Amino acid sequence: MEVGVGLPTAVPGTTGALAVEWARRAEQGPFASLGVLDRVVYQSYDPFLALAAASAVTSRVRLVTMIVIAPLRNPVLLAKEAASLDALSGGRLTLGVAVGARRDDYEAVGVDHRGRGRRLSEQLAHVRQAWEEGPVGPRPAQPDGPELLVGGLSGQAFVRMARYADGYVHGGGPPRAFAGAASRAWAAWTEAGRPGRPRLWGQAYFALGGDDDVEQGAAYLREYYAFTGPFAEKVAAGNLRSPRMVKDLVRGYEEAGCDHLVLLPTVADLAQLERLADVLR
Amino acid sequence: MKVGILGAGPAGLYLALLLKKLDPGHEVRVVERNPPGATFGWGVVFSEETLGALRDADYETHEQITDSFAKWGAIDVLYRGETVRSRGHVFSGMSRKVLLELLQRRCRELGSVLEFEREVADLEPFAGCDLVVAADGVFSTVRRRLERHFEPSLDPHRTKYAWFGSDLVFDAFTFVFRDTEHGLFQVHAYPFDARTSTFIVETHESTWRRAGLDQMSEQESLEYCQELFRPELGEHRLLSNRSIWFTFETLRNRSWHHGNVVLLGDAAHTAHFTIGSGTKLAMEDAISLANALQRFPGDLEAALTRYELERQPVVERFQEAARDSATYFESVSRYNRFEPVQFAFNLLTRSGRISHLELERRDARFVAAVDRWFAGAATGQHAPMLAPPPLFTPFTLGATTVGNRIVLSPGGEDVAVDGQPGEVHERAIAAAVRSGAGLVLTEEVAVSAEGRTTPGTPGLYRDEHATTWRSLLERARAEGPGLLGVRLAHAGRRGATQPRRRGVDRPLREEGWPLLAPSPLPYTPQHPAPQELTREGMEQVREAYRAAAGRAAEAGFDLLVLDMAHGYLLASFLSPLTNRRQDGYGGPLEQRLRFPLEVLDAVRAAWPSERPLAVRLQASDRAPGGLDIDDAVAVAGRLRGHGCDLVEVAAGWTVPWDRPDYRWLYLVPASDRVRNEAGVPTVAAGNLTTADEVNTILAAGRADLCLLDPRLHAAAG
Repeated sequence: MEVGVGLPTAVPGTTGALAVEWARRAEQGPFASLGVLDRVVYQSYDPFLALAAASAVTSRVRLVTMIVIAPLRNPVLLAKEAASLDALSGGRLTLGVAVGARRDDYEAVGVDHRGRGRRLSEQLAHVRQAWEEGPVGPRPAQPDGPELLVGGLSGQAFVRMARYADGYVHGGGPPRAFAGAASRAWAAWTEAGRPGRPRLWGQAYFALGGDDDVEQGAAYLREYYAFTGPFAEKVAAGNLRSPRMVKDLVRGYEEAGCDHLVLLPTVADLAQLERLADVLR
Repeated sequence: MKVGILGAGPAGLYLALLLKKLDPGHEVRVVERNPPGATFGWGVVFSEETLGALRDADYETHEQITDSFAKWGAIDVLYRGETVRSRGHVFSGMSRKVLLELLQRRCRELGSVLEFEREVADLEPFAGCDLVVAADGVFSTVRRRLERHFEPSLDPHRTKYAWFGSDLVFDAFTFVFRDTEHGLFQVHAYPFDARTSTFIVETHESTWRRAGLDQMSEQESLEYCQELFRPELGEHRLLSNRSIWFTFETLRNRSWHHGNVVLLGDAAHTAHFTIGSGTKLAMEDAISLANALQRFPGDLEAALTRYELERQPVVERFQEAARDSATYFESVSRYNRFEPVQFAFNLLTRSGRISHLELERRDARFVAAVDRWFAGAATGQHAPMLAPPPLFTPFTLGATTVGNRIVLSPGGEDVAVDGQPGEVHERAIAAAVRSGAGLVLTEEVAVSAEGRTTPGTPGLYRDEHATTWRSLLERARAEGPGLLGVRLAHAGRRGATQPRRRGVDRPLREEGWPLLAPSPLPYTPQHPAPQELTREGMEQVREAYRAAAGRAAEAGFDLLVLDMAHGYLLASFLSPLTNRRQDGYGGPLEQRLRFPLEVLDAVRAAWPSERPLAVRLQASDRAPGGLDIDDAVAVAGRLRGHGCDLVEVAAGWTVPWDRPDYRWLYLVPASDRVRNEAGVPTVAAGNLTTADEVNTILAAGRADLCLLDPRLHAAAG
């Protein structure tokens, strides 16, 4: 299993300079990838622009969206943005897409919330075709186009993944929850008659350091997930806040069959990156 | 901390005593509307695991509880005049009344305040409490008041049950099945002290009505049940304690706490009584909540979140097992042709929590008897004392015997050229044979060029294809004794797509070919519209199937699977979502089935009569308005009448918007129904990854062969 780290671009207070420096240092660290989240109505950076900036100061790490709320976007422009980022980064993009969880993002963009799953399926069909056939360019650097992942927990999400994508991206939780989703991904993949196996990606939040860091991380998650009501407390309670918790989770995900785990910061401080690197080294 | 608890059942009382024990400074008050001695029902059961938790939480009550126990280690299944006993289970039962009394005593001893016979209509009496605990049962008034925050859902089950007592002391957990002219009744009975047993009578709601129980008084229905089970009761009686008929409702809550109010036990969740976990879950809830409060002093939100995080996944697992158990009892008459030993094994493994392996650990002799019976039935001979586990027994279909119960189906690389299979196919099939599988099936093999899924789909539509398959099969046979089967398919409107390495249902552009379907409906907006098959086109398709079946016989395949699933051509005739024909081949199911049956007849005629013919059958479209399992059972019965020897169960993919639930072993219930209602042997598929799963499914009579998930043979190399 490979382990990557998130950019703090969805943590309020992250300056552009910090995001770029974070990417630069992650490239030097024991990380296989840099991940970004997507949310519109929030003090967060655009996922593609954030990864484009990261791409300019890195040459090794994979760049991954986990996930982009694709139905908010025009499919032609989405294909072009992804192809551009893949070409600019020398073929390092992994594009994770899903319908997202927040209605207000749809309202803000003026896109109908209903029918989002169907639209996502159509986008997936379009994006692949655009990468392979043009005419909207550039050609992605990866010969088959960027690695494509689909997220979501509904049965339809798993079918969509098996029909159009290379793998599945999970939304976070204990290893047991990941294993359950992985098993569903395998079932859909096998039913679809796909050769080979689905790539399985996981994610988890962390805040390492003293009580202040831990409390700051938990407060951020409570606020970021406030729209889910009581669920926000559960996300905050799952925040990895000690080296032991990080190691246990990494081992648990590996045993559950995860191929690539991305650990997302909840505190915008370079010290977080260093602490995580120390745990993983 | 000041704690108000509503409800003096096991959950509320146990929490009250644990809190006082952890911190005598807590002020704990329990309010109950009934008098202290009143209780509904009879005995409760605990497992060994629960007892460990109770011992750690409060040794004192643990001692008192275990002192009043009735313990037993056997389960008896009384069915068709025979008793099948399995041992090695560890259960303890006790009187619910005694349990409540000792908990009340311990609460008082530790200084909790108990107030009985006090109705509570709102939360007013708990004003000023730091924590309010709703332990007031499945119909919790507190939960109802705050419904908006807890978001509860209640799902009623389809059986009726009455919770009687009896002065007959059973010496095992006893299931009794009694067939009547109205339908089947079953009893769940267990002893809970030296004089009394719990005796729950359950039956399907329709049977209950036919028997007139809906019109009877409490006393009349008690007498009815007493007479019904006279052979087991003998001189003994049934006892009533408000033993009226209930419909069990499974309760779930999205959230278990809001502000300073928290749900506990039955107020938070229920799991069908047939897995006997209500009291156990309630008392474990209390332990978890008390520990969480201890761990996060002064941070109520953190404590209640911890409690929920710890308990919700556990409860969900029990609810899932309980759902399977309840479903079993709702449809148990399906198994009335089973031999008693298989009937008992099926019953014991109904909820998925006990498998073949786990039963063997508990009672090796019982499982040896099951295996021996199974091997005997499989071979038609007297089985040796040391019989192989079910997966290694042979399976006979007419003149053909499959060496073991494992089916593998490698492939899907889409590398055939003009329908010709090549080295990749040969390697994959040879490896599957080498792995020891009893039966190896090819990927879909097209009956015509336009029936291919992708340009790389192998075929049997030219004579040279048969020649290539023949030499390929000859070389594969050198690798082992496994039989070789071919899947014959026509992709219909899902044809002419790109190779599946990067995804499925991605239509070819210029290189595509015209698609055929019962009705001219494109599969997705990206797909071209298929041509509606004319009568003449149907003749051609049928002829293609017939010819392909002849070539498959010539190539030397041992078994043929005719594909009627996943939205391919024949399946799209079956489904009302894809068949909108106005002629005699559309409309009601019998007419939608007409063309698939014509094809089956043609294939059966061309395929040697001594070789088995299977159908891969769509068990459900998993979409509103689509084919469902009831249709599939009816179709399977018709297929059997037309010479189908075996059904492989599949589901979904008829339309691109289907809604699967890929839960553990998700296709096995459909296999069970087709096998035991339509009377056709089945192949189960869908996420099967372990030998234990296979042995359990086979021994329980839910399938005859198992298609293993590629994960397992990929790992085996």
